[in-house]
Amino acid sequence: MIRHAEHVMGTVFSFDVRHQSTSALRAALAGAVGWLHRVDEVFSTYRPGSHVSRLGRGEIDLADCPAEVGEVLDLCAAASAASGGCFTATPGGRLDPSGLVKGWAVERASAMLRAAGATCHAVNGGGDVRLSGEAAPGRPWRTGIADPLRPGGLAAVVSGRDLAVATSGVAERGAHVLDPRSGRPASELASVTVVAADLAWADALATAALAMGDQAREWLAGLPGVAAFAVLPSGGRWWTPDFPRYAPEVAGRSCAIP
Amino acid sequence: MRRAVLAVLATVVGLVLLLSFKPHDVGPAGAPPAAVAGGGTGGTLGAPGGRGRDHAEDGDRGDDEDDDDDGVLPRPGATGGTGTAGGDTGTAGKAGQVVTGDAVDTRWGPVQVRISLSGGKITGVDAVVVPDANRRDREINRVAVPILDAETLAAQSAQIDTVSGATYTSEGYIGSLQSALDRAGR
Repeated sequence: MIRHAEHVMGTVFSFDVRHQSTSALRAALAGAVGWLHRVDEVFSTYRPGSHVSRLGRGEIDLADCPAEVGEVLDLCAAASAASGGCFTATPGGRLDPSGLVKGWAVERASAMLRAAGATCHAVNGGGDVRLSGEAAPGRPWRTGIADPLRPGGLAAVVSGRDLAVATSGVAERGAHVLDPRSGRPASELASVTVVAADLAWADALATAALAMGDQAREWLAGLPGVAAFAVLPSGGRWWTPDFPRYAPEVAGRSCAIP
Repeated sequence: MRRAVLAVLATVVGLVLLLSFKPHDVGPAGAPPAAVAGGGTGGTLGAPGGRGRDHAEDGDRGDDEDDDDDGVLPRPGATGGTGTAGGDTGTAGKAGQVVTGDAVDTRWGPVQVRISLSGGKITGVDAVVVPDANRRDREINRVAVPILDAETLAAQSAQIDTVSGATYTSEGYIGSLQSALDRAGR
């Protein structure tokens, strides 16, 4: 096995590769880590000199940016269209694709590991998780969903193979997602978890759902290939009809983990 | 084939404490788990070249019996210090037990951990000795130890591999359940 935790993008990315360590896999891991740093350099809104910062200030054009910037902005546009504007690449009026960059970067890092033969691995980018293959032969990955109201506690456990699990919430950073429709911080949901096949998309949907609030329940339930789970500030929770496929526990009397 | 490994991460300023634990080894007369102290990585998690286990490798995949210690820092000489404070040793399935690990000297001072068991399952973890040479240490320990308890219990009961949650900061990661899982190498 190879495990690695990398501090980048203001958070920590954890790699958990369930294969015998080989020089090829270690090289792929180093490549994935390098990729994350490159994403940070290009997309960070905290770096005044990043392409995205300069693009946002109108100092450069999209044509002056690496191709990935256009790819991410296209994804942002698709997420915005799918969410009735609840996802936006310009929260607060400034170019900031952070609502999906992290998930997108993890998705790509995971693909790099798979391409090197690491079919079974998990990459966790600050709480957004891409699971490849399974945890062990015959055993699916088990992802704890952090309880936003109970630090250190879990609200549910998502079990499955080849999954993306993204959570957006107010747990650590407070109400930081704005509802683009009102311009006010989103506060109807304490956290939303989206399970899908692709982490860039799951990340975008989770961000949008947090901004959308209670209406997200119906919206997410209507999206193909998506399951979702939310914790309310009251401690209540809801989930979409597909979610118990990944988390049988929530269908029981109590969905809290003992 | 559940791995009976419990790893505990306590973040006390600059202190990483790892506890390797095998419930089936601990009977009323069994050896207590050893508490082991990690190299001083608390302030430099993830830093390249750090002495911690941010990049641990384990070539021993698939052997559940032998790999409990994999990736865990070497045990100190297990000499004495066996504070097995026996609880009720009635029926095996129900017996409540308290097992105290060896006290280990670290560069920050002695560390000792105690585990409560019931029916072979962990029901509680706490640190009985933590460095508290100065007021700041004590303040930090007051916070770090309860966090450690809650996270350890949650991870143990849920058998999880990773954690999804609202984005944590680099600092927030250090005391997080994901951090404990990364270090446990489970």
